[in-house]
Amino acid sequence: MQSKETILDVNHLKINFNTYAGTVKAIRDVSFSLKKGETLAIVGESGSGKTVTTRSIMGLLANNAVVAGGSIQFHGQDVLKMSQKQLEGLRGAKIAQIFQDPMTSLDPTMRIGRQIAEPLIIHKGVKKEKAMAQALEMMKLVGITDAENRINDYPHQFSGGMRQRIVIAIALINYPEILIADEPTTALDVTIQAQILDLMRELQDKISTSIIFITHDLGVVAGMADRVAVMYAGKIVEYGTVDEIFYNPKHPYTWGLLSSMPTLDTHGDELASIPGTPPDLLDPPKGDAFAPRNPYALKIDTEQEPPFFKVSDTHYAATWLLHPDAPKVTPPEQIIERQKKFAVMQKEAEAKEQHRIEEEEEQQ
Amino acid sequence: MELDNAKKVLEVSHLKQYFNVGKRDEVRAVDDISFDIYEGETFGLVGESGSGKTTTGRAIIHLYQPTSGSIKFNGQEIIGMKVAKKMQQFRRDMQMIFQDPYASLNPRMKVKDIVAEGIDINHLAKNDTDRSKQVADLLATVGLNRDHASRYPHEFSGGQRQRIGIARALAVQPKFIIADEPISALDVSIQAQVVNLLKQLQRERKLTFLFIAHDLSMVKYISDRIGVMHYGRMLEVGTSDEVYNHPLHDYTKSLLSAVPVPDPEYERTRKQIKYDPKFEDGSKKRELVEIVPHHFVQCSQDEIPMYQERAKKMGLSVKE
Repeated sequence: MQSKETILDVNHLKINFNTYAGTVKAIRDVSFSLKKGETLAIVGESGSGKTVTTRSIMGLLANNAVVAGGSIQFHGQDVLKMSQKQLEGLRGAKIAQIFQDPMTSLDPTMRIGRQIAEPLIIHKGVKKEKAMAQALEMMKLVGITDAENRINDYPHQFSGGMRQRIVIAIALINYPEILIADEPTTALDVTIQAQILDLMRELQDKISTSIIFITHDLGVVAGMADRVAVMYAGKIVEYGTVDEIFYNPKHPYTWGLLSSMPTLDTHGDELASIPGTPPDLLDPPKGDAFAPRNPYALKIDTEQEPPFFKVSDTHYAATWLLHPDAPKVTPPEQIIERQKKFAVMQKEAEAKEQHRIEEEEEQQ
Repeated sequence: MELDNAKKVLEVSHLKQYFNVGKRDEVRAVDDISFDIYEGETFGLVGESGSGKTTTGRAIIHLYQPTSGSIKFNGQEIIGMKVAKKMQQFRRDMQMIFQDPYASLNPRMKVKDIVAEGIDINHLAKNDTDRSKQVADLLATVGLNRDHASRYPHEFSGGQRQRIGIARALAVQPKFIIADEPISALDVSIQAQVVNLLKQLQRERKLTFLFIAHDLSMVKYISDRIGVMHYGRMLEVGTSDEVYNHPLHDYTKSLLSAVPVPDPEYERTRKQIKYDPKFEDGSKKRELVEIVPHHFVQCSQDEIPMYQERAKKMGLSVKE
């Protein structure tokens, strides 16, 4: 995975919103990169800045948004410096988005075949008949049954799951390099959600697009992501491969998120919960924004923001607990269980690697 | 919980709730369902959207006039209850917590008036000081403080609003609470707080809950027993451990196999079970049958042996 080329590079992004109440610091120094063909999940609560981050990639920020710093490099070009015209060439062609609510993201007055074909006609200048033929192919690809007869139907004639398939068809018709999926299954039932997630995985293999997957549902993340970034109060607090985040998390916020979700095996009288509420980004607290809700907070957390500490080549976390001088703390029970599993998995991986090397030596 | 000796608080039998009866677009939202809820337990109702779980909750609390069937609360028939006094007592005993904390609080009322509305209607406060004291106590119970009483709903976050909704429900000292998706509009870290609060209130006040939700892991966690609904019918009822660990109906199996689990290893090997609705096609008369003690499955007479066989294979003792 590491060797693959990076297609998107977000560097020290800072975005503010000017409101009547003052300046909301929605994104406070966010950096990440996206490699070809991978799925990066961005996890966080509402207001943590996940949607604002992706909107800035699409050049879809609201009028009162101010980019206070940073860059978004896409094939060596800074998206933030592009003109409206350049952005129009990008959106729907190179970078496409699936929105959360399939009920409101389709045009209710336009036949769905036409809606799916529209990006082709606009971006590639494809003739109408040809575009409609491709739209039909795409409808079949995303699993809309009886596509020939339904191509001239209107959105209201479809169920929620089918509408989300149509939205996906529109997003993918130009074979975009990056697909941004902002809570694509939150409005759907679990059984339909499972179908849509399967479809996204399957299509990703077929057209090798990179996916930025935004969600608050850690269950969905576990099944979809190659890498995970956890956001809190406008910052990424921890990132790593999906196994590193789920089995060896280092940030207390990630601990809290993972242990406050009951799994089908959770028993007991009380769920571990994160006390309090997220901070007001009009006036972010000094030091670590998570400190007031963090039972593991150190004194330094209230004074100085923690930098990223390296856990492995792919895994970083912004918490003072990783500082060499920090006291040793015991994570919640559920996390210890997860870490045990991680240790076993690493041992297995090492044994496999050892085995492979031995075999190679034998062959020589 | 010992189910054999438990007291039934709510008995729903053959409840039907149809809309647009006799018209072309007749909807059978709830179609002949029966179940009981025992005192002090949490009964979870799960199902996909459109399965009729919300309609069931609303029919029970008498927001709809059910098409037919019977709903008994503490032995008294609710449907068609005529005596106004009895009805008012019923409305005190049974309260509801709604899904959307943004839509369920009147934006023009102060928190103290929202919480005290039930107190006023039922004349539960002796005077103004008593009313304020009751409101302050209720707010403290749900983890808010008395300063919040004179504010308006828009000044609160989603989790805090849901606490106000809970305080309002508790104001009339109910015995039974219907919670319709009470946490699905909240953030993950706040969901756990509200669930813990509900569980704590249940312990302290000996409340009985009907908990309606589509988040299966959360329902499993909070419920003692669970009913699975699909197409307006109840397909399986049992203790939550048994329904989740030993589901008998194909639909339950399929529904559970679709739940995403926050464990990448598990997710990589997960196989979703496809559902074939042949066991609810309407060709036969099907009723809930007790296959294993306290574990019911909707089936016809000739399907009973098949489910008994399934239960035996799972190592369960079949009811004779």
